[in-house]
Amino acid sequence: MILIKNVKLVDARGERGPLDVLIGGGRILSLEGGEAPLVLDGTGKLLAPGFLDLHAHLREPGEEVKEDLATGLLAAVRGGYTDLVSMPNTKPPVDTEEAVLALKEKARHLGLARLHPGAALTLGQEGKTLSPAGPLKEAGAALLTDDGRTNEDAGVLAAGLLQAAPLGLPVAVHAEDASLRRNGVMNDGPLAHRLGLPGNPPEAEAARIARDLEVLRYALRRSKARPHLHIQHLSTKRGVELVREAKRAGLPVTAEATPHHLTLTEEALRGFDPLFKVAPPLRTEEDQEALLEGLLDGTLDAIATDHAPHTLAEKEWDLLRAPFGIPSLEIAFPLLYTELHLRRGFPLPRLVELFTDGPRRVLGLAPLHLEEGAEASLVLLDPKEAPVDPSRFASKARYSPWAGWVLAGWPALTLVEGRVVHRVE
Amino acid sequence: MRHLLDFQGWTKQEVESLLDTAKVMREVLERPIKKVPALQGFAVATVFFEPSTRTRTSFELAARRMSADVVSFAAQTSSLQKGESYKDTLLTLEAMGVDAYVIRADAAGVPHQAARWVKGVVINGGDGQRAHPTQALLDAYTLLEALGSLEGRKIAIVGDILHSRVARSNAELLPLLGAEVFCAGPPSLLPQSLPGARLTPNLEEALEGADAVMVLRLQRERMEGGLIHLEDYIARYQVTEKRLARAKPTAPLLHPGPMNRDVELAGTLADSSRSLITQQVQNGVAVRMAVLYHLLVGRER
Ligand SMILES: [Zn+2]
Repeated sequence: MILIKNVKLVDARGERGPLDVLIGGGRILSLEGGEAPLVLDGTGKLLAPGFLDLHAHLREPGEEVKEDLATGLLAAVRGGYTDLVSMPNTKPPVDTEEAVLALKEKARHLGLARLHPGAALTLGQEGKTLSPAGPLKEAGAALLTDDGRTNEDAGVLAAGLLQAAPLGLPVAVHAEDASLRRNGVMNDGPLAHRLGLPGNPPEAEAARIARDLEVLRYALRRSKARPHLHIQHLSTKRGVELVREAKRAGLPVTAEATPHHLTLTEEALRGFDPLFKVAPPLRTEEDQEALLEGLLDGTLDAIATDHAPHTLAEKEWDLLRAPFGIPSLEIAFPLLYTELHLRRGFPLPRLVELFTDGPRRVLGLAPLHLEEGAEASLVLLDPKEAPVDPSRFASKARYSPWAGWVLAGWPALTLVEGRVVHRVE
Repeated sequence: MRHLLDFQGWTKQEVESLLDTAKVMREVLERPIKKVPALQGFAVATVFFEPSTRTRTSFELAARRMSADVVSFAAQTSSLQKGESYKDTLLTLEAMGVDAYVIRADAAGVPHQAARWVKGVVINGGDGQRAHPTQALLDAYTLLEALGSLEGRKIAIVGDILHSRVARSNAELLPLLGAEVFCAGPPSLLPQSLPGARLTPNLEEALEGADAVMVLRLQRERMEGGLIHLEDYIARYQVTEKRLARAKPTAPLLHPGPMNRDVELAGTLADSSRSLITQQVQNGVAVRMAVLYHLLVGRER
């Protein structure tokens, strides 16, 4: 039993309190206080439902030098996440029932955040032969995706949507036209031309989203079940517009945006630091504004980290060779709480929704609200400011584009079904 | 200035002072004993992550002519992938007491990254499509020799502008000296914009009344990448005698080399008296001596 006294509550429905929250048996027992052996003072703090990340690269199996389940899931709970979808682009990719089961089993043993493995849409993520969706779903796969690759073959994607639909599995896509992107390492435009870096045009994203939406229409026409297309890490204004139009037309499509696309722009590349190399690339301020608008008007359903750890040595290669990706599980919420809510007035309940019910809906999970009887998967957030210190990350990737940024809203306590999985003493 | 990475932040005075030093170095190179003790006790490393015998030789000769010790490090990009990072390489050289690093790489920004890691001076020996500042300096020096002044002069640069570090560096440097830079090339090889330069797909427009013409090397990859068709390029963009007639009658011709004879430039023109290609190579050593001198000796003052 835990009692959190005098704490403000925030979930997708709004803010309440301060109240005294009594937790026991994995549930919220009361919002009117009570007796408990562990009593925490919640004064000035915020209590929210636990976060769900739809998009994290935990690198296990095969690249444990970059991250493994233990470090990745610890990073997650320190970031306030109680649930997490791992990307299957491991070595080898997660494309079998056994691989999904092994991940789930190991995560259960760790007892940190709950793992919902993403499984490969195609065998080996090669984009050619569909993986066995039924057994993958039964083993516990939460979605199918070839993320890391870009699903060149539209027919295979269509078949994947048709196969996943009756199972209720979303198909998530890394929407970039690889032939238009070519070897681009940053947003294509005047700055890339000035810096002499190969550009990745925003049209590469829009072109692929437009195609994928047509593929979805085709699958819808052919399927009695409702196929669900989820667009990962949206980065461009045109991409947001396409998803908005598709949603208005009633297409079953969802989308996510990342902390880096919401807080950084292509300008970050001016110093030629591969730390800022990410796919899709950081775009312009105009794109960023469009993403924010999309978060506000419901075009975007979730904020997903695309936590993509690499070794520091790899990130110190040059901009052509360094791998794509930024680690962000531990700071995603404080970053956006500070940059979007505190600095730009983004409504807090909506921000929390984008970390909780938004991604839960994408996976078909019920919303999680702070009320008596609700599952006690919770995060307590501390508005006290502190700088980002990558040397203290639990993730093996101990570097960050946001190093030194002073942020508020750090998770002070994370509970999974009432169990303490992270606590700042 | 501490490093030579590109020309951002450079003033006209700094460039002129450097080119004046190059003039002195040019005289040194004409003496019977072509050596001065200016850099005695300094160690210069050429660190080439991308092979280029010409540029490396030019830098090494420049350093030796000024009595510096020269270390030469050639890395295969494959060894980088195996885990020996740029940083490790540079820090190892630093531990050996290197004072200046001439860095060449196929990726833009490697010298900028290096400047964050080492205490010594970094000289960009060409990085990807980004910059080749000593090439631009030797081009400017050669143009000044031929034209006297660059004030109000129209310089045409022709070829693959998008992928050219030479074009980019010249577009940064030449306007500092008062020149107007026109870049011409096929649309698929033109950037959206380039500060310091006017861009046109129309070769004739760029050549019209030009005081000098710089022709760039056409890389084979551009054809293989589907960006141009070779015969079409030659038909529309090769600098020929007939086309050059639009420029000033005495306008000199420059080429950073190595040249694809009869591709980007008609072979007869390359061998004509208007070609300054050999002077460019000679001036390269003097300019690089001046750069090393300014960054290493100038720094101590
Ligand atoms: Zn991706």
